[in-house]
Amino acid sequence: MAEVVLKSLSKSFGRDVGVEDISMTIPDGAFVVLLGPTGAGKTTTLRLISGLEKADAGEVWIGGRNVADEMPAQRDVAMVFQQYSLYPHLTVRDNLAFPLKSPILKTPPEEITRKVEEVARVLQISHKLDNKATALSGGEMQRVSIGRALVRDPAIYLMDEPLSSLDAKLRTDLRVELKRIHASLGATLLYVTHDQIEAMTMATHVGVLDHGRLVQYGTPREIYENPNSLYVASRLGLPRINVLPADIFGGVPPGTTQIGLRPEHITQGDGQEAEVQRVEHLGDQNRLHLTLKGHAITTIADPATDYAPGTMLKISPKNPLCFDAQGHRIR
Amino acid sequence: MSSFSVTEPTQRTKWVSGTLVIIYALVTMLPLAWIMLTGFKSPADAISYPPKVIFDPTLEGYVNLFTTRTRQTDEFLAANPPETWYEEIVREYDMVIAGPSKFGERFLNSVIIGFGSTFLSIVLGTLAAYAFSRFKIPLADDLLFFILSTRMMPPIAVAIPIFLMYRQLGLSDTHLGMILLYTAVNISLAVWLLKGFIDEIPREYEEAALIDGYTRFQAFYKVVLPQAATGIASTAIFCLIFAWNEYAFAVLLTSGTAQTAPPFIPTIIGVGGLDWPAVAAGATIFLLPVMIFTILLRKHLLRGITFGAVRK
Repeated sequence: MAEVVLKSLSKSFGRDVGVEDISMTIPDGAFVVLLGPTGAGKTTTLRLISGLEKADAGEVWIGGRNVADEMPAQRDVAMVFQQYSLYPHLTVRDNLAFPLKSPILKTPPEEITRKVEEVARVLQISHKLDNKATALSGGEMQRVSIGRALVRDPAIYLMDEPLSSLDAKLRTDLRVELKRIHASLGATLLYVTHDQIEAMTMATHVGVLDHGRLVQYGTPREIYENPNSLYVASRLGLPRINVLPADIFGGVPPGTTQIGLRPEHITQGDGQEAEVQRVEHLGDQNRLHLTLKGHAITTIADPATDYAPGTMLKISPKNPLCFDAQGHRIR
Repeated sequence: MSSFSVTEPTQRTKWVSGTLVIIYALVTMLPLAWIMLTGFKSPADAISYPPKVIFDPTLEGYVNLFTTRTRQTDEFLAANPPETWYEEIVREYDMVIAGPSKFGERFLNSVIIGFGSTFLSIVLGTLAAYAFSRFKIPLADDLLFFILSTRMMPPIAVAIPIFLMYRQLGLSDTHLGMILLYTAVNISLAVWLLKGFIDEIPREYEEAALIDGYTRFQAFYKVVLPQAATGIASTAIFCLIFAWNEYAFAVLLTSGTAQTAPPFIPTIIGVGGLDWPAVAAGATIFLLPVMIFTILLRKHLLRGITFGAVRK
């Protein structure tokens, strides 16, 4: 395990920007999650660290070495691809053993057997070890591809949406498992996801990317509670943060043109009159869809509440986030 | 209940397509069957009219193919009774076996040159196709077009320059010369076919292997090659068939040491009359290697078995 440092990393593909001037430090043992929409540069960042892409400018330091001239094999990184990329001509066992058999690791056979079986047990694919990689379901393939990274003990694990194609139960199991691996091995991980729960539950640090730039980097709580732009604020939170004109409730600092209001930051029973449009019963909570002066607002309510559509409800903001016209935070 | 299904052919379609396939198979296989049968006929049966379908099989054709024979005096024949079954066959015509014919040697030349040039075409073709498929090569499209353009004229059109060049270089009538020549003709086909196959193998496999601790060449060898096996096998069959059957250059450039079987077989006709059974026997044996090679590789010709482990 090692610290990974990115220094002013830039990469473009023709006229498309991949990443631009990214600087970040992934501390030894950290679990860093990268958030951002498609095309924000998350995968490009992973590929630059792994050496599959060469940076136009900037440096990657892994464990104190500048790896600019190193092949991917020499960089000592493990990567889980979004496309599973299992070797189709090999069995699951051989797929898992493939990195261990590489000329760089040259693991002794009994060690390979032990590690492969251990990883297969953790990922619940022991019974499929002798299947061809192509004879698996999507979820099984995804687990094998995670396993192919976990058999190693690299400087950093790079994972590109590794849980995206799994069903809900397995996703939860593996999330816990990854967290456990992180905690017990002290592994360093850089993890790309769209999933808020994955980001909030596993990450020690979250980096938010926008058009190839790192716009905020901090702990998950910091990113959630103290975003420095409207863009960052809308990356996390489910239901999404409500974006409303500044004058709708009043009482905001000068320069504010819009406010961001998280669904749980709305007090009911006091303030402006809003009309209930729709109620979703989620079991542990009710999700209320309201309109206030023509603006849609989503909030949450106690599951015991029983509002019918058309009911008028008084609401007021609690700790709104204020943003200027460009979406920058006003504190 | 309706048994209609979009993917299952109907009974009638099955019958019609089955019949068509059988007719086509008969049309293409009849001449082959005729050649094979003729190889086991006596010279008289071979030219009888109407043609004989039922006949006394004999190995005379094969014996004549592999041996040279001389006529001997009655005293000599009486003093030396035949010792083996093939001597007995020859004795019916008052002849004795003088020695082996050149067929074995020529056949071996065909094997060396055919498989040698196929091997070389595939090795060079696979490496070139991989480079064209994966690396940024300046003027790649123009280079590929140039490679293809070497096939736009019949190879025999450059026979005379090649003949002169080979004489200068001392490559005439050598195995190396013929291997190089057939490789030069086959390489364009190999590069183009194999590039198509390699293009279809997703890059992610190699990228995964690079990260798993392998060099580019090891990734190529361990991950790309096994998956390109299908393409390599079918390309190899095409290359072998060309090199194996090639006649014009073989006549022109070889006469002795490196002569292949195709120019040799017709020369049997000139030796001691029209010995059709021997010619047919030669053609039959000549067919076997390509047939066996194709049968061995046929499972690779069924495509699609290795695809599908990358999510698209």
